[in-house]
Amino acid sequence: MKKKFKLQDLDCANCAAKMEEAIKKLDGVQDASVSFMTQKMVIEADDEKFDSIMKQVVEVCKKVEPDCVILM
Amino acid sequence: MTGKQKKVLYRIIVSVVIYAVLIVAEHTNIFPYMEQFPFGLLLFLIPYIIIGWDIVYKAVRNIFHGQVFDENFLMFIATVGAFVVGEYSEGVAVMLFYQVGELFQSYAVNRSRQSITQLMDICPEYANIEEDGEIKQVDPDDVEVGSIIVIKPGERIPLDGIVIEGESMVDTSSLTGESVPRSVRVDSEVISGCVNGSGLLRVRTTKEFDDSTVARILELVENASSKKAKVENFITRFARYYTPVVTIGAFLLAVIPPLLFGGEWFDWLQRACIFLVISCPCALVISVPLSFFGGIGAASSLGILVKGSNYLEAAADMDTVVFDKTGTLTKGEFEVNVIEPENGVSEEEVLQLAAYAEQYSDHPIAASIKRAYQKRGYQTDTERLSEVEELAGHGVSAKFDGEEVLAGNAELLKQRGIAVKESTHTGTVVYIAKGGSYKGSIVISDTIKPEAKEAVAMLKKAGVKKTVMLTGDRKAAGEAVAAQLGIDVVYTQLLPADKVKKVEKLLSDEETGKVAFVGDGINDAPVLTRADIGIAMGSMGSDAAIEAADIVLMDDDTTKIAKVVAIARKTRTIVKQNIVFALGVKALILILGAFGLANMWEAVFADVGVSVIAIINAMRMLKFK
Repeated sequence: MKKKFKLQDLDCANCAAKMEEAIKKLDGVQDASVSFMTQKMVIEADDEKFDSIMKQVVEVCKKVEPDCVILM
Repeated sequence: MTGKQKKVLYRIIVSVVIYAVLIVAEHTNIFPYMEQFPFGLLLFLIPYIIIGWDIVYKAVRNIFHGQVFDENFLMFIATVGAFVVGEYSEGVAVMLFYQVGELFQSYAVNRSRQSITQLMDICPEYANIEEDGEIKQVDPDDVEVGSIIVIKPGERIPLDGIVIEGESMVDTSSLTGESVPRSVRVDSEVISGCVNGSGLLRVRTTKEFDDSTVARILELVENASSKKAKVENFITRFARYYTPVVTIGAFLLAVIPPLLFGGEWFDWLQRACIFLVISCPCALVISVPLSFFGGIGAASSLGILVKGSNYLEAAADMDTVVFDKTGTLTKGEFEVNVIEPENGVSEEEVLQLAAYAEQYSDHPIAASIKRAYQKRGYQTDTERLSEVEELAGHGVSAKFDGEEVLAGNAELLKQRGIAVKESTHTGTVVYIAKGGSYKGSIVISDTIKPEAKEAVAMLKKAGVKKTVMLTGDRKAAGEAVAAQLGIDVVYTQLLPADKVKKVEKLLSDEETGKVAFVGDGINDAPVLTRADIGIAMGSMGSDAAIEAADIVLMDDDTTKIAKVVAIARKTRTIVKQNIVFALGVKALILILGAFGLANMWEAVFADVGVSVIAIINAMRMLKFK
């Protein structure tokens, strides 16, 4: 399943790159991209585990850039 | 400016004022005790905290999150370093300057983001639905297929549909880049995203919002930035190593010279701080994607959808363009192009005989003859026609006003002992005879699109080395078209599968650069996928083609291919400039810093100043015409 999320207060381009890298490393995530320009994030992950994966995504993003909020 | 940016601005103003007062006080010696420890430190900490508290807070918080080489942390260390060596005013100034740069940078990025999204702003906000004679505004998402919507003058068409009432001129420029408005009337199709002109339209919707043209285009454009160019990936990878390397360099710089060579601790610590300030790769990480984003935005304002930065990057190296003939270079509609009447016979008569004879045939050739006849203002009267017989593979025979008419290939007429004058034109030729005597011929061929020749010429001018045409047509017909358009190589009599093979052969050829394939998607979706850059016709092409393609020409105008190449090259130039400039300045300040020739101010410039300049450079992409 592929889903798109809006990001709020994503203020630094390097953080976007770091977030993307961290999300890609998560188990069950096939592909991820965080766009600093469009302030959006696309995540492609296994259907059944999507919700739990999203929880992890929120966690790793918090670690990298605590000010950035993922709008779900 | 956003609220967040305004707050930073106020903090900057307040701390600048306090800072200025302190500097004046320091230099005029109004408070002599400022020289004594810890008064000066405490006084300078006031503006430092006002301007830098969030940086310090983030730095500490991020360390707990395991983010060591974080920009905030580096700034924190660098400024603390300045305080430690007793340069209080410099510590404050660096933090101040950094915040000003950051503010400017975020402002510039916001502005560019806005102007790019404006270029792509085609999303309708509401639809007017008619219920019990009243007009209600609803979300386009909630309109069902088959609903009647009302589009007032000046409004954006929210959903695809068919006009059932009204007449207007529709501005399609936001979708196709075409500046001449299109006239629509009852039964015309309208596409969402276009802007209605001066007339009121009632439209029956044919698609839901999610399937409508505008939603599909937005989806493509939004996803475009997730397909990254190679150089973008390179920069991200580079950034991952750059920061740690520079930070380690800073550490070594602070420790080794004083320990081994008896250097001054404070002096070397200061040099190390300069390294830390320069260690953020932000200028690169922002400006490279921004340039591509700007390039994609510039293309979409011309009616060209580029589905990813990687395709824009590839288009800069496009040196072979393969065209599918039908539907791309030609209209894909068969039309009567030449009528050659026998001496003493009028063109009208030849066409009339053919139109009557072909009256009941639904072959495309017959349809184009009938269309040509109607276009000249005639109607067929079936009462004059009798005994119509289709002769498979040859043509038709019929009785027109009681006399036998034959319309078909040369062989048909020869079989009946009628001599024909063979036509020299390429295309499908229909020979006509009446009452046993030859009357003339009609040549039906696919018409070349008016812009096709210019499109090929423009590509040549843009430096594309080879143009190729693929067609299922017979050799003579295909070669004639290719010669007329100035195409270098033509492959004829191809089946759809052969087209893939031909393109694959070009792809495997090591001497050719990137290979683009241009098609309308009928039968060639696999080729579109296979080519380095698949270019599809947007308005005529199938959904499958738009799906399979990497670049979509919304108005089917092939001259835009040369434009894409130009945009791609300009984007690449800007990206290169930014990389060279950012790395160059950073390297220079690092070297100068290591030898003690650069100060903290220059280091902050190499960080945020370079970012801002690179952003402004990237924004030049938007001015592309």
